[in-house]
Amino acid sequence: MKTRLLLATAATFAALALPLAGHAEADTATYRDFGEKAGLVRIMDDFMLNLLADPRTRPFFENADQTRIKAQLVDQICAALDGPCKYEGAPMAPVHAGLGIKREHFNALVEDLQLAMDKQGVPFRAQNKLLARLAPLHREIVTR
Amino acid sequence: MHGIKNLTLLLACGVALPALAASDKLLLTGGVTQLEGAAGGGLTPWAVIAGYGTRDQIGASAFYTDVRSQDYTLGTGGVAVGLWDRVELSYARQRFNTRDVGGALGLGTGFAFSQDVFGVKVRVLGDAVLEQDSWMPQIAVGMQYKRNDQGAVLRAIGARDDHGTDFYVSATKLFLDQSFLANLTLRETKANQIGILGFGGDKSDRYSTQFETSLAYLLRRDLAVGVEYRTKPDNLKIAREDNWYDVFVAYQPVKNVSVTLAYAHLGNIVIKDKQRAPYLSVQVGF
Repeated sequence: MKTRLLLATAATFAALALPLAGHAEADTATYRDFGEKAGLVRIMDDFMLNLLADPRTRPFFENADQTRIKAQLVDQICAALDGPCKYEGAPMAPVHAGLGIKREHFNALVEDLQLAMDKQGVPFRAQNKLLARLAPLHREIVTR
Repeated sequence: MHGIKNLTLLLACGVALPALAASDKLLLTGGVTQLEGAAGGGLTPWAVIAGYGTRDQIGASAFYTDVRSQDYTLGTGGVAVGLWDRVELSYARQRFNTRDVGGALGLGTGFAFSQDVFGVKVRVLGDAVLEQDSWMPQIAVGMQYKRNDQGAVLRAIGARDDHGTDFYVSATKLFLDQSFLANLTLRETKANQIGILGFGGDKSDRYSTQFETSLAYLLRRDLAVGVEYRTKPDNLKIAREDNWYDVFVAYQPVKNVSVTLAYAHLGNIVIKDKQRAPYLSVQVGF
């Protein structure tokens, strides 16, 4: 009896607390537009295929650990969209320091990402919200 | 006919240029080409540099624009080169056909003013597209040297000169988060009807500061709609000169080609009031 009451109370509190926990979810609508985590995994799979098919970006990815990069991109983008993830990979600047990435490589990567988002049916406005948050990374990625 | 010939030339350029230049800027971020040949909206220059070259590349573009009001036709064709996303050099030739008005004024039906416009623009600072965590727009300064071929007629209607130079500063910002682009341009000019009716006049022969703006909303990656407004001086006694504004749709079916369709309010032009004109522009860019 007592246990049941305790569980019910706990459940009630949990239910009340959940919206509060998600209160920093200023806007998870965009995250949902991306199909949440499962959607991001599919988008990153397509994105990597696009990067490998694109002669402008292939050299940067063909000999890299693609599985690891995709997993880290899922976390990074999920976090950028205020989703329930934390990016725990290396900081951007040192990782990209020696790669000699130019502006046109960065722009090519954006195009390949746009194609992957299109394929997943992410609305254009939601795509732009993500790109707006990622664009400033050019300062840490483009080194030439 | 003149238009068709220009269009053919434009398409010929389109085939020849890709071998020379790169195309790695993002879609629609290069704007289209404004009436005087600078990269921008339809009426006003933006701070962006023509073509699709990045800061390591050379880009180029060519365009043809046809504006046809009830009583006049303006055909403009031109080319521009963008160097390292820093410097833009442009040339445009405008042909303003007075049609029946020319006859009424004793100049002859179909009388035309032609004008060459040589432009240079330099991006001073900022990046309209990538600096999304900052309010700082991309800023460019530019000038347009214009030379009209009808000096005698221009002086007869009260203009002081058949050539002149406009100076401008443009600020452009893409608010990607909102899929929205804004541009503001301030221009120092003496041009009457952008130079088609000469420079300076019997009412005023001084430079004045004019204000131009474009606001665009991106509907899709290849489709934008917007409005523009451009104030103009009023230097001639013979006719009042009105401000211009338009609504436009810009469509980029493939990366190298854009088509802009607009509807422009041109107001009074010499003896004809309330001029309204569909505006069609085709651009190729690399």
